[in-house]
Amino acid sequence: MSDKEAFFSKNNLRLLTDPLGKQNPITVQVLGICSALAVTAQLKPSVVMTLSVMVVLALSNVIVSLLRNTIPNRIRIIVQLVIVASLVILVDQVLKAFMYDVSKQLSVFVGLIITNCIIMGRLEAFALGNKPGAAFLDGIGNAAGYGVILIIVGFFRELLGAGTLWGFQVIPEGFYDFGYVNNGLMVLSPMALITVGIIIWVQRSKNHELVEENK
Amino acid sequence: MNRNGNTYTFIYASVMVIIVAAILSFTAITLKPLQDRNVEVEKKQNILAAINIETSAEEAEDLYAETITDSYTLNSKGEKTDGDAFIIDLKKQQAKPIEERQLPIFEADLGDKGTKYVIPLRGSGLWGPIWGYVSLNNDFNTIYGAIFDHQGETPGLGAEITTDAFQEVFKGKTIFNEDGEFVSLIVAKAGQNAPEQHKVDAISGGTITSKGLQDMLYNDLSAYLEFFNQKK
Repeated sequence: MSDKEAFFSKNNLRLLTDPLGKQNPITVQVLGICSALAVTAQLKPSVVMTLSVMVVLALSNVIVSLLRNTIPNRIRIIVQLVIVASLVILVDQVLKAFMYDVSKQLSVFVGLIITNCIIMGRLEAFALGNKPGAAFLDGIGNAAGYGVILIIVGFFRELLGAGTLWGFQVIPEGFYDFGYVNNGLMVLSPMALITVGIIIWVQRSKNHELVEENK
Repeated sequence: MNRNGNTYTFIYASVMVIIVAAILSFTAITLKPLQDRNVEVEKKQNILAAINIETSAEEAEDLYAETITDSYTLNSKGEKTDGDAFIIDLKKQQAKPIEERQLPIFEADLGDKGTKYVIPLRGSGLWGPIWGYVSLNNDFNTIYGAIFDHQGETPGLGAEITTDAFQEVFKGKTIFNEDGEFVSLIVAKAGQNAPEQHKVDAISGGTITSKGLQDMLYNDLSAYLEFFNQKK
């Protein structure tokens, strides 16, 4: 990549768009599944989680990229962990002081952000070998690709499991009078996995590049 | 310098740890007063919510000062002791034997609705602590309002204890049976038999949290039994 490359060059834009489709961290690389199952029972935590991961991933990508020529190879994983963990704690502290309600929403997910495989994956695979600008876009793109799936899963699980969206009732009360029942199974984790599975299925049937050849 | 050498690695790690520690402790110390205030205001909001008064964070302080007329601590014999009910740490108190505990209680004057007594609770859910406040009418039997919160229960499952739908059901339930025996409340699964006036429905998928909530009510309210009996 040359020094004079524009920030939104074709190459850089691909860093943003690829993770949304054929390089999606969840449906193609199957990373970050644990948190995708844990937080998607409702739409709101899915969105909060997406935004938090985006902040942490973009910033840690930039920091690791800036330090990439100084980090001793043998302890690079530890260095990355320290950076990610500190960022998460900083974000959490700031939220607790200035946006107390949001921080309460987020509290349980903080630990999950630190352990999110996508973050370590991107630091290892991208930030260690690329310039900060590109690393920033890569972080935003991957977090967005992760978030899209979270939000889709959260949308269906809350809608079908509780009849609400963002906490508001959307299935009209009248439906319940005619015998409509919320599907309690949607609220439990197994349905999150099945929903992710369905998304992978749909994506693969649309995009044959992703299907491995049968040997 | 050789970037793969031991010296470089040690120096790098040490410098990194010192910088990170400095940044984190600086942030923690600077933001602590703001965070403590948020916690205090939230506690006041919670106590008010237990007597069915919803407030915003801005109004909570004034309204609390107006409504909560008295707060004090009790010992297990129901006698008043020295202590500030508001700053009592329930976690520390619950670690002590019951005779040594300080039991906080808040009195609220709601005008023609009479005096209500707010009791803080603390117990364990699935992933971490759960806590809450219940308010009793001055018969020390009927629940006037209840609010629960948690640190890390699963959204959609255990975390449902914070919803109005769950808390609404507690209103009007009684904690003593007809014979005057303390029974607390049963957080019951569908089909589980329990008298209606002592029963609330558990949360589907949140069995351990529901059970924890039931234990919390029983354990914490039973500490006040002497006080209830004297006052009734």
